[in-house]
Parts: sequence; structure tokens; C-alpha cells
Amino acid sequence: MLVEAGHFALALALGLSLIQFLVPLWGARANDPVLMAVAPTSALAVFACIVFSFLALTYAYLASDFSVLNVVQNSHSAKPLIYKISGVWGNHEGSMLLWVLILALFGAVVAISRNSIPMRLQANTLAVQAAVTIAFLLFILMTSNPFTRVVPAALEGQDLNPLLQDPGLAIHPPLLYIGYVGFSISFAFACAALIDGRIDAVWARIVRPWTLGAWAFLTLGIAMGSYWAYYELGWGGWWFWDPVENASLMPWLAGTALVHSTVVMEKRDALKVWTILLAILTFSLSLLGTFLVRSGVLTSVHSFAVDPERGTFILGILILFIGGSLALFAWRAPMLKQGGLFAPVSREGALVVNNLFLATACATVFIGTLYPLALEVLTGEKISVGAPFFNFTFLPLIVPLLLLLPLGQTLAWKRGNFLGTAQRLYAVFGLSILATIAMFAVTYDGPMAAPLGIGLGLYLVLGSLNEIVTRAWSKGTPLSVAWRKARGLPRSAWGTAIAHAGVGLTVIGIAATAWGIEAIGSLKVGERLKGGDYEVRLERVVPRVEANYREEAAVLTVFSSGRELGTLETMKRLYVTRGMPTTEAGILTVGLGQVYASIGDAQPDGSIGVRLYHKPLVLLIWIGSLVMAIGGGISLTDRRLRIGAPVPAKTMPPNAVPAE
Amino acid sequence: MVIWIILLIMTAAAVMAVLWPLSRHYAVGRQADPDTQFYREQIAEIERDLSRGVLMPSEADAAKAEAGRRLLRATGLQAEEVSAAVGEPALRRRRAASTLALSIIPLLALATYEIYGSPQLLSEPPGARMQPQQAGSSNLLGAVAEIEAHLAKNPQDGRGWEVIAPVYLRMGRIEDAVKAYESAIRYQAPDAVRFANYGEALVLAKDGLISAEAQAAFEQAVKLDPSAAKAQFYLARAAVQDGQTDKAKSILQQLLASSPADAPWTDAVRQELSALGAPQPEAALAGASAQIGPEAIAGMVAGLASRLEAQGGSAEEWTRLMRSYAVLGQRDKAADAAKRARAALAQDAEALKTIDLMAQELKLTDAQP
Repeated sequence: MLVEAGHFALALALGLSLIQFLVPLWGARANDPVLMAVAPTSALAVFACIVFSFLALTYAYLASDFSVLNVVQNSHSAKPLIYKISGVWGNHEGSMLLWVLILALFGAVVAISRNSIPMRLQANTLAVQAAVTIAFLLFILMTSNPFTRVVPAALEGQDLNPLLQDPGLAIHPPLLYIGYVGFSISFAFACAALIDGRIDAVWARIVRPWTLGAWAFLTLGIAMGSYWAYYELGWGGWWFWDPVENASLMPWLAGTALVHSTVVMEKRDALKVWTILLAILTFSLSLLGTFLVRSGVLTSVHSFAVDPERGTFILGILILFIGGSLALFAWRAPMLKQGGLFAPVSREGALVVNNLFLATACATVFIGTLYPLALEVLTGEKISVGAPFFNFTFLPLIVPLLLLLPLGQTLAWKRGNFLGTAQRLYAVFGLSILATIAMFAVTYDGPMAAPLGIGLGLYLVLGSLNEIVTRAWSKGTPLSVAWRKARGLPRSAWGTAIAHAGVGLTVIGIAATAWGIEAIGSLKVGERLKGGDYEVRLERVVPRVEANYREEAAVLTVFSSGRELGTLETMKRLYVTRGMPTTEAGILTVGLGQVYASIGDAQPDGSIGVRLYHKPLVLLIWIGSLVMAIGGGISLTDRRLRIGAPVPAKTMPPNAVPAE
Repeated sequence: MVIWIILLIMTAAAVMAVLWPLSRHYAVGRQADPDTQFYREQIAEIERDLSRGVLMPSEADAAKAEAGRRLLRATGLQAEEVSAAVGEPALRRRRAASTLALSIIPLLALATYEIYGSPQLLSEPPGARMQPQQAGSSNLLGAVAEIEAHLAKNPQDGRGWEVIAPVYLRMGRIEDAVKAYESAIRYQAPDAVRFANYGEALVLAKDGLISAEAQAAFEQAVKLDPSAAKAQFYLARAAVQDGQTDKAKSILQQLLASSPADAPWTDAVRQELSALGAPQPEAALAGASAQIGPEAIAGMVAGLASRLEAQGGSAEEWTRLMRSYAVLGQRDKAADAAKRARAALAQDAEALKTIDLMAQELKLTDAQP
């Protein structure tokens, strides 16, 4: 009964969304505040309906109601509680419901922040948001209905895909979706600005926290997904340039560009048209990501052709929104008032360079992801574009961007002084080059790229530190004063520095993977396998039976230069209901590095295959991402009003702080 | 019924969410123009920064000049912003919007739900169809989980394995059933029934194919108890699978001969035999004939005949009667029985076919219609 009420709530949300789309749009055209006031209340009502619907489905999972097809296909009464909950979004139908839930959540938040958003902008934004909601609600109801019933009810469920039975799944999709869907708000704001024909710094100020928030969550979501793939797939890799990963990387790159260009727009009232276009493109890439992942086009273009209903529907949504918004852009953008021009050597100039690099990098990922698909559709030929392509195209774009990053961060608004900026970074250059040389000396027979990468990462971290230090402290300033000044710096300055330092940490982590060591061997109990400085001894293999799987767990003791570090356990599981085996990697964290082991099949002679990796500094990859997201969050809390004040050349006193 | 009231309340609440703002009176110019306000706040903040010392006077002046320029631009735009919340057209717009909300929301929701929902499941009280089954299944699953937990602790409890194995089979967890039977055999005294059950689970796991493993289990069962019916039955199938139809027939015939007449498997064995195209000995009677004399048999047959005559019977029983007469050598009586059977079962085409088949098998040419 609750399930049916949840289903009805979804249908009700559809009707409400239609009103939320039509009435406010009309109100904004007629300039009627009464009609525009419908937008927030209906947005809240849509949110309430979808929350109810989501809870009803969650209840069906918790109660193991096997009269619901979705529950039968993805749950099992013996499944642990947490996976019953996370199983709600661990499947196609449920994840689309989560998608719409987050969409409605953002709409509701826009609705309640009525005093900080001009009414017309709010009404138009919520109308565009409603259009997106309608499309996805129709998609859910017509092609991916999670409330389909089976009569008579099944006796037992088919269990959740074992790969997804992991705490990572409980966190990863919601984070990723908050990121994806968060960009829908930037998109809706951009469309609203186009509909209204007005765009200015006020718009940028309103949009910035949304974009930053979405960006921070997307960063966390991608990092979480990467870590999950790292320990669950048992291959030891953390990024595979897999189309599913690229699908989330593309909006992230575009979103990063958007975060930076809104700053320019807010402070300098410039780059307006470009920012609007970026907002549209970012969400379009989010939609494209959803299409790629949800239509099944990635597993094979042919599987898409076999069951074209869902894919065609999302493709329709994709064409409608991307095409529609770009048409709106082409029509309205020339009418927008352009902002001021600016000098090439300035903070805003540097941000334009940043945008160019990020947009190009995004385009290479786009080509690398979609070209194989297009080729397969047209010629039937299957090619795979993997790491080599991206190493040759993506890295040459990102490395110069990272090299320029501390410079741009240090440049002043409006009129920058390149030499002066470079001077402020002398110490950073020097230290980084020294560190690189030292690395070469220590690891003279190791891979060449690693010390360079470490040097680059260090340069980024030091550059960020330098930014804070030079703004707060100069020769002769007592430390207590410097501390007070540092605390007085705007939070957005701290956020910028922290986020950029996070990039540096990630770069160090990635560079250090070149020093990773891999060893494969076949071990009997008591035998040892050596990989670099690390060694493992197979202690025992224990079979275990849990509620919904059986496993063989290998217990390994880890030694480093003869000293015992601890034990780790790696498992080969068989999930009973689906008869599907999975590998659980055993990980022992040593400092920032990890010793990573996974077991293979048992050999006839009683030995078992063991893969052993040592990954120095690998945790920095994810710690760096976390730091980036934290930086974004700190910047988000800065509600100060910003205006880019020009710094009069030369006369700048050493202890002055440029306005933020 | 309750559910419909709930759905009605939900719909009403949704419509109210739209009607409520439409019914409110709006103070014109409630919201100060956000743009000019924004720039005013910006200028105020520059002042604050200046007094805090984060901004130098020269910078503050430049920043203020910039903000001032923008403020001027924004106030230029403000003139057109006249709110249109009053007057006749506004009233008409409100009415139109209300009508829209009152019609679209309930109609669209109901239509959508009607198409994609399962409203037929609403009208039944929740307990009618779903609940008992679910309660049953959860009880069963609870019991299974309990036994599993017990066995995880005491894996040598052969009795426990024996209890859970058939449950697994019924739940479709055949692999588990095989493992359970295997354990049951390992931890308990060898027993024909256990081996036969184990073999049967193996056969089911292979979708009916009798593997060498299964055959070994059945042979073990027959070795322990030569009269083990299930094992013999499957051994016959194994023989069929190997192409040794004759061997299969002899096993089955032997099985039929050694079984009591009312054994539950006789029908299955007979079917198997007829599928193999073997003439079926009237095993029960033949077996009995060894002990009881021909008179007794004749008496039993006569009893069957008179019962069928008086009360009628199934095709099965009529064919048995025919076969009995044939076995006793009374072919005319057999042909007569066939005739009467046809008359009695005239409406049943299926039964007639069975009778005809039997007549053919017994070569009762004179009984052909």
C-alpha cells in the first residue's frame, strides 16, 4: 500500500512540476509577482512528493517486499541492513529516482533562499529546473519504473550485484549525483538569465556558491569512485580512463572552468557570455554522462540497439536540453550586455588561460570517450582508446596549466605585473627545483617522470603556501601580526590556496605511482613473496560462510626489510544467489603508501596466486582530492561581496592585502 | 478504501501548494530591487574593509569607483521594473493559473498512475494476497537462517544437513542442496536413501543429466539396499542416457515387479517404461501371482470388472482391466473390456486414445472400432 502511495506521489510530482514550469514562466513574462510566487511553493511540494516516493521505495527494500520487481531484482532478505538501504540506489531505476530526488532538493533550496535571489531570476530558474524534472520523471515513469509490481510476490530476491555490496556504494553515487545535479542549478540560472536577457555580477554572486558546492561534491564523488575501484576491483589501479570515469571527469573539468570564470564575472563583470555557455556545457556534459552510463551504450552499442527504449529516451532528453539551451543561447547571448575589457597580464587574464586549457582538456577527454562509440556505430569496428591516448593528449594540456597555476594565483586583478609576480615566487621555484634534483639523486635509477611530477606537486603546494604567507607576512612583521593578518584574509583566499594545494598533493600522489612495485607469485602456506622492500608470508587460508556469501580469506603477514609490519587479509568471495565471484583486496597502510595484495585462484598443488603491490604515497591522490573539496567548501562559506580592485603599480605597500 | 483517502489527501495538499500563493495579497514592491541593493552593500563592505585595515585607501577608492559605476548602470535598468500584481488582468491571470493547477495536477497524476501504477493492488486489503505468503516465506527463511547459523557452528551435524537439504532444493538453491546432502552423507552412517537423494540433487544441478558422480551415488545406494526404488529409477535413466534401452527396461521392469502395487512411484515407472516402448508386465499382479493362486487373481480381476461396470473408472483402470484379462489369456474378455471402456469414456478423447493404444499393444485386433 505504501509502495502504491509512493508511486502515486511520483505521478503527483509530475503534475506539480508541470505547474512549476508553466505558471512562473508566465508570471515572469507578465511581471506578475503572484504567479511568480507559485514557483517556490510548488518546488517545495515537488520535493516533498519525491522524498515520500523515495522513502516508500526504501521501505520496500527494508521490509524485503518482494512484490516490487525492483526489490526482487536487487535485494535479498539475507542482505545486511546497510546494503538494503544502499541497494535502493544501487540499480538503474533507484539511481534515477535518487537523481530526481537531488534535483528536487536543489530546487527546494533555491525556493527557500527567496530573499537572496531576485524574484524574476528565481521564478525563471525554478521553471527551467521544473522542465528538467519533468523530463526525468517521465523517463522514470515510462521506462524505468522502480514501483513495478509482481503478482504473486516472489519468494526471494536475486540479490544485489556483489561488486556493489560495499560501503563505497553507499556514499559514491549520492556524492556524484549531488555534483552532477548541482550543475543543473547553474544551468537553470544560466537559462533563466538568457530568458530574462539580463546578466550581471549579481547573477554571478548568486550562482557561485551553487557551482562551488556542486564542484566540491563532484570532486568527492569522483575521488570516492576511484578509491572504490582501487580496492574493490583488485587490479591495483586507481584510474582506468574508462568511459564511465570519463563521463564524470568531463563535467568536472568544465565545472572547474566554470568555478573560475564565475569569479571573473563576479569581480570584473566580464566573461559573461562565456560563463553562461560554460554553465550550459557543464550540465550538458553531466547529462551526457548520465546517458553514457544509463543507456547501456557503453557495454556495447549493440546492446543499446537491442533495448533502445531507455537509451532513446535519454538521448531525447539530451537533445532537447542541450539543443534547446544552445538555441536559446544563440538567440539571446548577442543581446546580453558585454562586460569590460581587460589586460592580458592580470588575474582575469590568467583565469581565461585557465579556462582555455581546461576546456581543451575536456574536449580531448570528450573525443577519447565518444570517438570509439561513433566509430562503432558507423563502421562496426571496435577500437579501444585507453591510457596511451590520454597520456599523449591530456597530460600535455594539464602540465602547463599546473605550471601556470601559482603564477595566476599570485597575479593581481585588472593590472598585473608579470615580473613582480615571478619575483614573489622565487623561493617557490627554487625549492621545487631543489627538491626535484634531490629526488633524482636519491632515485637515480628509477623512472624519470616521477621526480619531475613530485617537483611539480611540491611547486603547487608551496605556491599556495607562498600566496598566504606573502599576503600576511613580510620582512619585519612580527609573527603575531602576521598570524592576525592571515586569519583576517578572506575565506575565499584561504579556499583558493587550500584547493590548489590539494591539486599539488594529488599530483605528488600520481607521480609517486611510477615508483610502485608489483610482484606476482604462487604461494603455499608459509611461503613468502618479495616485492621491492616489502615481503609477505602466507599464513593461512580460511574459508568463511556469511549470510549471503562464502569466502576464502588469505591472511598475509607483511614484512619490510625483515621487520614485521602487520597482517592483511585478502578474500575471494562467492556471492551465493548470483553465483558471482569477487575479489576483496587486502590493504595495509604504511604512512601515506599502501601495501596492496589480492589473491587469485588456487592451483592444483594447493598453492594460491598472490599479487602484491607496494604503492608509495598513493593515499595522497585521494587526500589531495579531499583537500580540494575542502578548499571549495571554505570558499563557498565566504559570503563577502567581491569586487576586483586594481592595484596601483609600484606604490603597493608591502603589507597591503589586495581586496577580494 | 483507506488508501484512496490517502491519495486524495495527497492530491489536495499538492493542489493547495499552488493555490496558496495565488490566493495571497501581495504588497507591491515588497522586495527591494536586488541589484541596486547588491551594489550598495558592496560599497558598504568596501568601507568596512577599509576601516579593518585589509584595504588601502587607494584600493578602496578604486573599488568604490568600480562599484559606483555598476550601481549607476543598474539603477538605469530599474525604471522598467513595474510590478503588475494589481488590476483586472492580474485577477484574470490568477484565475487562469488556479484553474490550471486544479485541473492539471489531479488529472495528470491520476492518468499517469492509472497507466503505470497497479491500482488493482490497492483495493484489496493489504493482508489478502501478499501478507500470508510473505509471512510464510519469512518464517521459512528465518528457519533456514537459523539452521544455517547452527550448521556454521556445528558443521559435523549430519542430521542438520539432511534437514536443510530438501529445503534448499525447494528454494531452488540446488548447489547448496548438493553440498548439504554431501555433508549429510559424510557425517552419517551410509544409507541408501541418502545416497539416492544426493544423486538426485546432482542430477537436478545438471538439469537432468546424470553425471558419473551421480551414477556412482545411485550405484552406492543400490549396493546398500538392492530395492532402493529411486536409485534404480535413476540408474535406468542413466542407462537410457548411455543408449542401453534394454538394460533400462529390465531395471524398470524389475523395479515394478518388486514394488508393492500401491507404491507411489509405480506410475512414474510405468510412464518411463511406456516412453521406452516396452510391454509392461502387470507387475503387481505378477508379483502377487507368485504367492496367491490363479483363482485369487481371477477373483480380483472380476472384482475390478464389476466395480468399473457399476461405478465407471479412469482410462488407467480400464486399461489395467484389459491387461489383466490379456495376462490371464482371456483375450475375448479383454476385447469386451476395451469395447465397454470406449462406451464409458466416449466423451474423453484422451482416454479413448489410451484405450486404443492399449488395445493395439495387446493386439486385440477384433476390438478395434
